[in-house]
Amino acid sequence: MQAAIAVHNVTKTYSAGDAAVHALDGVDLSVQAGEVVFLMGPSGSGKTTLLSIMGCILQPTSGSVRIRGREVAGLAERDLPAIRLAHVGFVFQGFNLFPTLSAGENVELALDLKGIRGHEARRRAQELLDQVGIGEKYGVYPADLSGGQKQRVAIARALAGAPEILLADEPTAALDSHVGRRILELVRNLAHSQGVAVVIVTHDSRMLEFADRLVHIEDGRIVAPEEAAIPALAVSMLDAAPLGVSSA
Amino acid sequence: MPPLARRNLFHDKVRLTVTLTGIVFAIVLIVVQIGLFIGFTSATSNLIEHSGADLWIGAKGLAYLEQAGPFSERKLQQVRGTPGVVVAEKYILTFGRWQRPDGRKESIVLVGMNPDLPLGGPWNLTAGRVQDLKSADAIIVDELYRQKLGVTQLGQVVELNGHRARIVGFTQGIRSFTTSPYVFASFKNAQTIADLGEDRAFYLLVKAAPGTQIRKLRSDLAARLRDVDIYTTGEFSRMTQFYWMFTTGAGIAVLLAAALGLVVGIVIVAQTIYATTMDHLREFGTLKAMGASNGYIYRVIIQQAAISAVMGYALGMVASVFIVRGSREGGAAILFPWELAVSMFFLTLLMCIGASLVSINKVTRIDPAMVFKG
Ligand SMILES: Nc1ncnc2c1ncn2[C@@H]1O[C@H](COP(=O)(O)OP(=O)(O)OP(=O)(O)O)[C@@H](O)[C@H]1O
Ligand SMILES: [Mg+2]
Repeated sequence: MQAAIAVHNVTKTYSAGDAAVHALDGVDLSVQAGEVVFLMGPSGSGKTTLLSIMGCILQPTSGSVRIRGREVAGLAERDLPAIRLAHVGFVFQGFNLFPTLSAGENVELALDLKGIRGHEARRRAQELLDQVGIGEKYGVYPADLSGGQKQRVAIARALAGAPEILLADEPTAALDSHVGRRILELVRNLAHSQGVAVVIVTHDSRMLEFADRLVHIEDGRIVAPEEAAIPALAVSMLDAAPLGVSSA
Repeated sequence: MPPLARRNLFHDKVRLTVTLTGIVFAIVLIVVQIGLFIGFTSATSNLIEHSGADLWIGAKGLAYLEQAGPFSERKLQQVRGTPGVVVAEKYILTFGRWQRPDGRKESIVLVGMNPDLPLGGPWNLTAGRVQDLKSADAIIVDELYRQKLGVTQLGQVVELNGHRARIVGFTQGIRSFTTSPYVFASFKNAQTIADLGEDRAFYLLVKAAPGTQIRKLRSDLAARLRDVDIYTTGEFSRMTQFYWMFTTGAGIAVLLAAALGLVVGIVIVAQTIYATTMDHLREFGTLKAMGASNGYIYRVIIQQAAISAVMGYALGMVASVFIVRGSREGGAAILFPWELAVSMFFLTLLMCIGASLVSINKVTRIDPAMVFKG
């Protein structure tokens, strides 16, 4: 079966002044349609960098990135927005909603980018908000929504226009853990029912039950779970402690 | 497109107010200066434009209306004998000294013409008739200059170049660009007042027969007459306008002030649109991450500029109309033709969109990767 997204032997080197930072060093990762992958690793290990490359926001220094078999690694900068628009939805830690637009209009904007407008856009936006469980919040502005509701709007917005890939960078970090659990549960259910390939960066090992697969990354390399410096169990113990990593 | 541009624009009311104030200020400044320019320009040549003549003949070396010197009127017979000429009349236009009842002296421009012909005479009369100029000492002045000339009523007797003169009529809105008002008199009276020799005139005004080719007539006349310059009314009008507006620098000053208004407007609007863009930078980053093309984002910014422009234009027009109205009674007329109003709309739009280029440049450089930063 063809992966929704497959990266192969990807490296990324940032030049920070004179120094070069090797953020990714030969990463291989494929995600199938309908699969939920959790990407875990210490701070600075390259999680966001990998997510950015998978989402065509960054170009890798070398290696291959295939979206449904199509190579996108060598594309020109100006061709990337169209790829993102067609294939990728993003969910961010800080929600990144448009504060002057209502919940429904936030979703309509994403549909507008894909050329869906007017009555049809309103109908679909309502449908998407219904799907994430806040159908009654259509006309409410982000400032008047709770954190969990905001992230639900963001998920509805990311899924507008039915992308094959959903990428989320610490989507629950700004939420209470029980709210975060319900968000991840929602994402998993949507991924399974709609066949979306999902990659979620998270520090929070209490959420592991919502993953189909865990991927650990350290110093820019994917490592086997048993080799991970901070195994899932240890992370969950740290979390429980007063100075847990998840609060960083 | 959901109304992102409009919402973001109206979100910060204080900044919107500053933007609109800047636009209105720029519009008013530009309208007033260009309106003054048009007003001045038309004042320099209104006597020519309203003369009813087709050709102006003056002594050689003619450059603008007020510059004419006297020359022999004997050429008049040659002009009248030229085929295609229907009417040819002597015309006087020369500076004079006016003494107000309180003794103060004012400079005026004395205009002498034939009251029986509609050639180079006063128009827009509010009191009296042009034919009244036929009586001895009769003159007509404009209401605009009542105060300057110390004139209170019809029939009033004043002193002009030491000669007695009597006011038999008033016109309305005949402005002179030089600070010297026009004083209309019959050719004969003007000749006396100006102490002009029996056979001298400043201009010969020519009216051509209908269907005559004016340029052809001019070359016919030029072949017959010596030591004169002959211009069509349109040419002479433009020459006079050009002289006063550009050779003297009066017009340049006014146009520079208009350009200044434009610059001030662009700077204020650019500044506020840029500040709005900076406030919403993260949103533009999000749009980029979501796959919006640069074009889509430009459209949001340009929409903001265009909405500002339309609102600013509406307010600016209201303010301008009030100021233009107020200027009508004053010494300098600000003309506000509809062409200027229409042009201002496009200029405002251009100004605002130009001002948003700074923001567009900024947004182009946003790295969408910023959205992953906390
Ligand atoms: N734009 C950049 N320029 C230079 N270096 C960068 C840049 N972005 C990231 N890096 C570096 O690359 C490495 C990987 O960064 P990345 O943000 O991918 O890590 P991360 O796993 O997401 O960390 P965190 O858990 O703190 O979010 C880090 O050493 C970081 O300092
Ligand atoms: Mg990160």
